[in-house]
Amino acid sequence: MTQVAVRMTDISKHFGGVRALENVSLEVYAGEVHALLGGNGAGKSTILKVLNGVHVPTTGTIEVAGQKLDVHSPEASRAAGIAMNYQEMSLVPTLTVAQNVFLTREAKTGRGFINDAEAERKTAELFATLGVDVNPRALVGDLGAGQKQLTEIAKAISQDARVLVLDEPSTALAVSDVDRLFAFLRTLKEKGTAIIYVSHRMDEIARIADRATILRDGRHVITAPLSELPIETMIEHIVGRRSLGLADVERGDTTRGEALVELRGVSGRDKPVDVSLTLHRGEVLGLAGLLGSGRSSLARLVAGIDPMTAGSILIRGEPVRLRKPGDAIRAGIALVPEARATQGIIPAHSVASNMTLSVLDGVSQRGFVDESRVRDVTDTQIKRLSVKTASRDHAVSTLSGGNQQKVVIGKWLATDPDVLVLDEPTAGIDIGSKAEIIRLVRDLAATGKAILMISSELSELLTACDRIVVMADGRAHQDMLRGELDDPAEADNDIADRLQMAEQRLQIAIQDALTAGEEANHEYR
Amino acid sequence: MSTVETHSRLRAFIGDWRQNIIYIGFAVIFLVFALTLNDKGFLNPNNLLNIVRQTAMIAVMAIAMTFVLSAGEIDLSVGAVAGLATVTVAMAISVAGPVGGVIAGLATGIAVGCFNGWLTTRIGIPSFLTTLAMMGIAKGVAMWLSDTAAVPILSPGYSWLFGGGSIGPIPVLLFWMLILGALGQIVLRRTGFGRRVLATGGGEQAARFSGIDTAQIKFRVLVLSSTAAAIAGMLYAGRLQSGRFQLGEGDELSVIAAAVLGGTSLFGGKGTVIGTIVGAMMIGLINNGLILMGLEFSQQLIARGGIIILAVALSQKKA
Repeated sequence: MTQVAVRMTDISKHFGGVRALENVSLEVYAGEVHALLGGNGAGKSTILKVLNGVHVPTTGTIEVAGQKLDVHSPEASRAAGIAMNYQEMSLVPTLTVAQNVFLTREAKTGRGFINDAEAERKTAELFATLGVDVNPRALVGDLGAGQKQLTEIAKAISQDARVLVLDEPSTALAVSDVDRLFAFLRTLKEKGTAIIYVSHRMDEIARIADRATILRDGRHVITAPLSELPIETMIEHIVGRRSLGLADVERGDTTRGEALVELRGVSGRDKPVDVSLTLHRGEVLGLAGLLGSGRSSLARLVAGIDPMTAGSILIRGEPVRLRKPGDAIRAGIALVPEARATQGIIPAHSVASNMTLSVLDGVSQRGFVDESRVRDVTDTQIKRLSVKTASRDHAVSTLSGGNQQKVVIGKWLATDPDVLVLDEPTAGIDIGSKAEIIRLVRDLAATGKAILMISSELSELLTACDRIVVMADGRAHQDMLRGELDDPAEADNDIADRLQMAEQRLQIAIQDALTAGEEANHEYR
Repeated sequence: MSTVETHSRLRAFIGDWRQNIIYIGFAVIFLVFALTLNDKGFLNPNNLLNIVRQTAMIAVMAIAMTFVLSAGEIDLSVGAVAGLATVTVAMAISVAGPVGGVIAGLATGIAVGCFNGWLTTRIGIPSFLTTLAMMGIAKGVAMWLSDTAAVPILSPGYSWLFGGGSIGPIPVLLFWMLILGALGQIVLRRTGFGRRVLATGGGEQAARFSGIDTAQIKFRVLVLSSTAAAIAGMLYAGRLQSGRFQLGEGDELSVIAAAVLGGTSLFGGKGTVIGTIVGAMMIGLINNGLILMGLEFSQQLIARGGIIILAVALSQKKA
């Protein structure tokens, strides 16, 4: 257990004048899961990129299994036995799953030609050991986000690495897939593989990690066994000030207003299936469910992006047809989409351009964009959401993930929508910004907006929502008030404890919905 | 403006030198030619105005190409459409006079553009293929209509206004280029349409999710491009007092090169009309200088290619 797999000593990395890392040391033992924690901009990605050879450190040394790395390149790191999955997908969409897993390491036939059948067989084996169901012959471009992520993980695992780096492996995974991944990581551990695990989800870290290193502002804060790091302490070190994380978001009672959006037996092309629900002014309605349960499809349908094949949508009691996003925007519906980088923002364009994208007519006069109105709109939203940006003219790509998300939200708030649909609004965002966004959601509901929120982080849903609908297989199963998930007997307990208990109950409800959905399908057949 | 401010602006300009390479390159090439080719009459006002006459059509097409590229599309048919427009204009003038000619020319551009746009946005054929096919179709139609012969234009008024005339020493072509350029710059930078074009090319999904009708934007830029190509064709026809299918042949490459040299991204989301015009002028400058140097046509082609590669390479941001 004390054999050191990776020793990074006094690593500094400067980009021009920016000190991304300052004398950071990281030691990972063979056979341990080592969590790497920190907020956005703490230096996690940078140190991982130094480790896998993408960045050359300004100072400091790296040893892998006692051997000093003299050359810093991705090839040298791979040769030393370091494998990594990437947070930003490194898969080629036009190749199959198997072709991607074995990219640059293709199996060959006796004559030296590429043997796809062999690669498919090996990939199928790999998924079988992981216990997940991904078709090795499917094109990656046709896969959902979760299956892509599993492919990415399989690719990293397939390299029989000495050191396996997993950067946010679970963001798009269903709970059951995360369980399988963890089971697999435990077997890897027993074989002596060192695993570096990066995640924003504290509950996962608590379950899987042996030790953790926390970075903040490019500096090393603490390395300690997890037994010495309760979640509160971790958050404290990450944020750098005492914070309860999500638990301190006040969920005051909101008064439920008129019914704003009514879905009646709504179905889409594949999902959702026959969903009926009502969204009221002033409430936050959460959609819980596993990956592929149809939550995002429902969100896209309501936003006029995916077509509706059956049912009807009523807004303020009036039936509407939402054929394109513009129809939904005019009806007062705004969607903060799932894939921030491609669907939410235009990364190379300025904060101001992004913020005014949906209100171009509003800031224009006779077709000409009025720059002073653009400034007003942008500055209002920057102030309202406390977006941290050097200026309104900086490219959105220069902002942190949390601030990019605020730009997306700001863009929609500028349209002054009645209904805000948020699809995984906190994915890949540090805990400080997460709490801020949840608080914002509560505030917006309090001002009389109706909010439909999707999140795979149950603690987030429980904190933000007044009502939660559980979805499975495209259908809405349970519709419960948030209060129903609290046990009155626990009212005196610590707020974090109560949240944990509620989370367990919601977890069970999701599992129930899954089996109920399967039974329904059987009957149907 | 205070000295400090001037100073900091200057530093920002130099610090951003990759962004501004086109302006720096233009100045450097101009200086080099001025010094080495002075005895060959490079700085002669007549020569400089000739450069304008030779590049105005490229510039006009490149202004619209800036919109097409900014929206993430491409139009390979501009040269052939210009050629087709010279023929339709010339034929219409002989029947219906100059006004009929202008109408026929514009109608040619709009019709081709609508067809390109329809195929690209409704049928879903990538604009690269749509316009590649259109290149052949337009040329074929022009040859067929004119029976591959030149069609003379016998309207001095038309010829004066569209490319042949000058006001004092200044060729009318310069006004065409400057007026259309200013218009293009304002539309791209200052109007909602321009913003939507840049958004469509910068992130199509994000633009669509934001309520922008990206198909309509693409349709419009393709119509814009063909219309500009037809105007360029009308200028060719006026300047040469005839319509010929060969006019404008191969211009698409110079047009795209002018836009890219000027700093417009081939991948969309980024474009500047002023840069494009300077890019077009730079190509004209290079052509002119190489001719004055006495290089053979073969050598000109090689040198021109090399200079363009150098300029684009310098403007690339290194990782």
